[in-house]
Amino acid sequence: MDKHILVPFSENTAASLQAGDYVYLTGTIYTARDAAHKRMYEAWEKKEKLPLDMENNVIYYMGPSPARSGRPIGSAGPTTASRMDKYAPVLLDMGLKGMIGKGKRSEAVKEAIVRNGAVYFAAIGGAGALLSRAIISSEVIAYDDLGTEAIRRLEVKDFPVIVVMDAAGNDLYETAIRQYCQETALS
Amino acid sequence: MRTLNVGEVTEVIKEMCIEANHFLSEDMQCALQKAKDAEKAALGKQILEQLCENMEIAGKDMIPICQDTGMAVVFMEIGQDIHFEGGFVEDAVNEGVRQGYAEGFLRKSVVKDPILRENTQDNTPAIVHYSMIPGDKVKITVAPKGFGSENMSRVFMLKPADGIEGVKNAVLTAVKDAGPNACPPMVVGVGIGGTFEKCAFMAKKALTRSVGQYSEIPYVQELEKELLEKINRSGIGPGGLGGTTTALAVNINTYPTHIAGLPVAVNICCHVNRHVIRIL
Repeated sequence: MDKHILVPFSENTAASLQAGDYVYLTGTIYTARDAAHKRMYEAWEKKEKLPLDMENNVIYYMGPSPARSGRPIGSAGPTTASRMDKYAPVLLDMGLKGMIGKGKRSEAVKEAIVRNGAVYFAAIGGAGALLSRAIISSEVIAYDDLGTEAIRRLEVKDFPVIVVMDAAGNDLYETAIRQYCQETALS
Repeated sequence: MRTLNVGEVTEVIKEMCIEANHFLSEDMQCALQKAKDAEKAALGKQILEQLCENMEIAGKDMIPICQDTGMAVVFMEIGQDIHFEGGFVEDAVNEGVRQGYAEGFLRKSVVKDPILRENTQDNTPAIVHYSMIPGDKVKITVAPKGFGSENMSRVFMLKPADGIEGVKNAVLTAVKDAGPNACPPMVVGVGIGGTFEKCAFMAKKALTRSVGQYSEIPYVQELEKELLEKINRSGIGPGGLGGTTTALAVNINTYPTHIAGLPVAVNICCHVNRHVIRIL
């Protein structure tokens, strides 16, 4: 089902999303990938303030290519989410409501998604040119020294994602593959 | 003996890095178009349509096809009758990568040390593979490799007794484990035989072979076709979200090996399987 939602969003909105929904996001999201997650996690361990308030926010696992002049951003597709699995549960417990990436998540992340009424979206991997068109503006807000891995605030309009893991604990990667699997040896 | 200035190497490598990251080779474009028409899952078809649209936008607006513009893998096949002048060849290759990634607005994704992880800021060094060939030409292949799929690649040191069934099992295991992480539909490069590093090299090189161009060895060609069919029955589908298109090709290279071994490497590449070839 196609849905249009505004970001940031509340737990109620998250609860209305189901694995398999095609969702268009409009509003503000934040980028962070490996190095920014590691740094935020270390700040949390030291009980320091994080550069970003997690409450009701959505993090996009993405490091863009440089923008050509006159454009807000370069190519901007998702990176593999599992590399952030070590850090995600802590952020979800702080109120993070959504993550955008690609690929499987750990059991610990799944549990944290359900526990906090959050959602994991997949964006289409390798469609960075197409996805960049849904990004209106981009501004580095923290960890500038990390280059492409810095934390950016993105304004997005109708940014296309698919709900892979919903707050009820469904996982589209498991159910969708089963539907088309014709090879018992592989299932 | 022919003399070649390394400045020419720099210049073409710069151009090849930019071209590879904005334009897929014709065989890859055709394979994606064909897959889009054949895909049975509605969501899978929609994703393949978007991937085709993505390719168009990339070429038209000069935005890289994927933001992971890769670590630059460069195959230098050097004619033995060539003499290089004007500097060291590897420095020239890296200078080409440096200029290409700067001028092409490509992402700098290389860290100086695997543990300390400080970005080199210019995407160097490249991974350069040299080999000698007859003649006085240089065949250069630039294949920027993204790490979403690279991370899902495997080496299996099988036993001779595992035979061809063991090889099939290894490839299918790697593909199944890769699943949505490797941005399917993928291209699967396989190296069978040689030594530990030789099979990995063959698997990487196999990714630069055109989609639809099969091995010349009859049993290997059969194996390529059988594995492609099996992979496409896995259900993984475009984006790993279910469907009948999981791989566009399985390319296998083989080499003699030791009486005690059967090494198999599986190098997985996403649908952005970039490679540009030039001859100097």
